[in-house]
Amino acid sequence: MLWTPGRRAGPAGPGSLEGMISVESLTKRYREVTAVEDVSFRCEPGTVTGFLGPNGAGKSTTMRMICGLTPPTSGSSTVKGVPYRRISNPGRHVGVLLDAAAQHAGRTGRETLSLSAQILGVDQSRVGEMLERVRLSPKAARRRVGGYSLGMRQRLGIAQALLGDPSVLILDEPANGLDPEGIFWMRSMLRDFADRGGTVLLSSHLLLEVEAVADRFVVIAGGRIVAQGSKQELLTKPGGVIVRALDPAALQAALAQAELTARPDGQGAFAVDASPEQVGRAAAANGVILLELRQAGGGGLEELFLSLTNPAAATAPVPQEALR
Amino acid sequence: MTTITAPASLLEPARPSLARLSAVEIRKMVDTRSGRWMLILIALTAVAMMPVILFAVPEEDQTLLEFFTASQTGVSFLLPVIGILAVTSEWSQRTALTTFTLVPERPRVLVAKLFAGSALGALFVAVGLVTAVISRGIGEVTGRSDGSWTLTPGRIGLTLLFAVLTLLMGAAFGMLFMNSPLAIVMFFVLPTLWTTLGEVVSKLKGAAGWLDTNRTLLALSEPGTITGEEWARAGTSLLLWLVLPLVIGVIRLIRREVK
Repeated sequence: MLWTPGRRAGPAGPGSLEGMISVESLTKRYREVTAVEDVSFRCEPGTVTGFLGPNGAGKSTTMRMICGLTPPTSGSSTVKGVPYRRISNPGRHVGVLLDAAAQHAGRTGRETLSLSAQILGVDQSRVGEMLERVRLSPKAARRRVGGYSLGMRQRLGIAQALLGDPSVLILDEPANGLDPEGIFWMRSMLRDFADRGGTVLLSSHLLLEVEAVADRFVVIAGGRIVAQGSKQELLTKPGGVIVRALDPAALQAALAQAELTARPDGQGAFAVDASPEQVGRAAAANGVILLELRQAGGGGLEELFLSLTNPAAATAPVPQEALR
Repeated sequence: MTTITAPASLLEPARPSLARLSAVEIRKMVDTRSGRWMLILIALTAVAMMPVILFAVPEEDQTLLEFFTASQTGVSFLLPVIGILAVTSEWSQRTALTTFTLVPERPRVLVAKLFAGSALGALFVAVGLVTAVISRGIGEVTGRSDGSWTLTPGRIGLTLLFAVLTLLMGAAFGMLFMNSPLAIVMFFVLPTLWTTLGEVVSKLKGAAGWLDTNRTLLALSEPGTITGEEWARAGTSLLLWLVLPLVIGVIRLIRREVK
């Protein structure tokens, strides 16, 4: 048993009641705008969870709420079984990178890490080790962060997150600004971290960045979770089909008449939570001419991601049970 | 392959001690170019004021206390700015994100900043003391100074108190506005405005004697003993300019969303 969660008696393995990261109905409202609404998910040890959604979907707000930086309007979250802010020295348990640009421009990279090491109470030798691990050269580490490229700042931020030798990583858009080699490096680093029993929550607005490394996906759009599950589950969601007709309005009416849930994909087609047969019969009963009828997900996660996060689709949230 | 093992409890390792956090905050005040220059400037002001006393003040008035008081000129103007920037730079440079992720108990970071600033204040009092003794010595040797060498521990203590108070007021203003230029301008403009109003509007004159720090704190930095009423006036004005902004600032800090 690798994990001994604080203040909880039972072992926390996959499938336990408490995930390493546990989010329960988190909601954040700013005056009239609802940034995050009723978001719940769980991250288990040994897994990388991809937190996906377009810009402004509520990923960063959710992550800030998990880390105790943004007070939620309602709902709660825990890391390793307790609210983040109740962990005595959180940097030794949870590595956090929320914004690589949020560093003092006047400090050197090494000084930035050195300050964090002092707060965490870890040996200063960790600073050099982490710089090496994220491949920031000693020369670059002596330069002031103000002169760093975004990619270098990301590497510095990841080094900072790893400094306290955490067992949980929470990273917001860490691949932003990294070159292809850097993205490849980060993937293998995260995969290795999870394979050694760590838990990773990783956000991105680009599916391709996380598709290769994540075991599970949580897809958020317009502040709500529109889908979550493993790659396998999401691709073989039962009954999900894409259908296109000569007359979209007639098709929509036919599907509604058959009481099938249909979401327009914004390009004239509909994603329907039903079997191809059900959709075909509904169309035939109303004499609708179909141009296309196929199982969804044939185009990979990308298509699903696009259809789920499409603004037109966001108005009609997918029933989550259907996707699990 | 090394396995990641979790520490036994989330209460371990212990949270960083206040001493450790204060040491970190001192380091943050001196590890940037702008921070270093601010400190050098304060020390240079102390040195630069010495010839002014040596050449412009009558021989018999050139006491050690006179030199010591002059050495603190930079402290009263620039130490509050250090206090302001210690707080506001977390927001302008966005380091608050890291700071409060690593130390979720936000008021502890503030207390550490106040300790760190006070330590720097003490350092400048010490620097001023050394500068003053050397300058009075030079005055003696060159025959320019003929004032007393007396400097009581009480007077040194008052100077230290004054330095710490100006720093705390700066930090309180920084907390209140959480914006560097706004806090700096307000720190210097508001009390001066108040002083001017107190002198121009006769009805405010009485109140200004109790609420205008430019007047009430003068007693701390000027020679002579301080009366009970002067202490009361200083305390009252500090309630308005130090305690009130600090309390509002702490409430803002606790509630504020860190982005």
